[in-house]
Amino acid sequence: MSVSAEHYFVLSAILFVIGAYGVIARRNLIVVLMSLELMLNSANLAFVAFSRVHNDMTGQVFMIMSITVAAAEVAVGLALVVAVYAHRDTLDVDVLKILKG
Amino acid sequence: METVVFYIFAALAVAGALLVITHKNPVSSALSLVLTLFSTAVLFVLLLAHFVAAIQILVYAGAIMVLFLFTVMFLNLRPEALRFDARNMAFKVSVFLVVLLFTGYFAWMGFNKAFPGGGALSPSPEGFGTVEGVGRVLFTDYLLPFELTSVLILAAIIGVVAIAKRRES
Repeated sequence: MSVSAEHYFVLSAILFVIGAYGVIARRNLIVVLMSLELMLNSANLAFVAFSRVHNDMTGQVFMIMSITVAAAEVAVGLALVVAVYAHRDTLDVDVLKILKG
Repeated sequence: METVVFYIFAALAVAGALLVITHKNPVSSALSLVLTLFSTAVLFVLLLAHFVAAIQILVYAGAIMVLFLFTVMFLNLRPEALRFDARNMAFKVSVFLVVLLFTGYFAWMGFNKAFPGGGALSPSPEGFGTVEGVGRVLFTDYLLPFELTSVLILAAIIGVVAIAKRRES
């Protein structure tokens, strides 16, 4: 029995859920960003799997765009982390709720 | 052979992802994330996306991980900033997400009976996933989005410099 596309979609869903759990449950801002990367990565896996199913490389082009967005997001996010840590001296997301109305 | 490689690297990817969200130390989390990203790159090779696999290792496992490790070491966090404290609500929400995702997945499978081959992978055309093939699609059909990503990166660079600059006041 060979690997079908469904295997990749299930793996993508598992990785997405693990990443979502990390974003919700962890309190360290850096680990929250890493979990966000996990979620983006699982979406990329689904893109490439769909690209293979349809034998159409558009999915891979989308995945390259998605990597660019992820890199930009990480750069800005980590700059915010550094600024927040210099300002508030903590990375606990439960403490950082000054935007809460 | 392909099945064995798939299961080994799928298990490694899931293990790495679980280590990311359970490790107390952000440096260990970052290194576990490298494991996941590398295993995903191997799966991309299995899906015949060779160029994308190379990009994955260069950009994700290279550039983004170095950025994470640099930030963690630059901040030099105190031990009390590293406690792992899962919240109860998070568990409920994630169980809900698991149920939702898998229900959605099986619903999609039900709708998908008209799908040719039912998700089985057919032989791909010559040049699928190589630098030449992806480049041809990227620079003809998707030239404008490709150029727009450079604007996005420029905006990110300016934003990062503006955020990280020390204000004199």
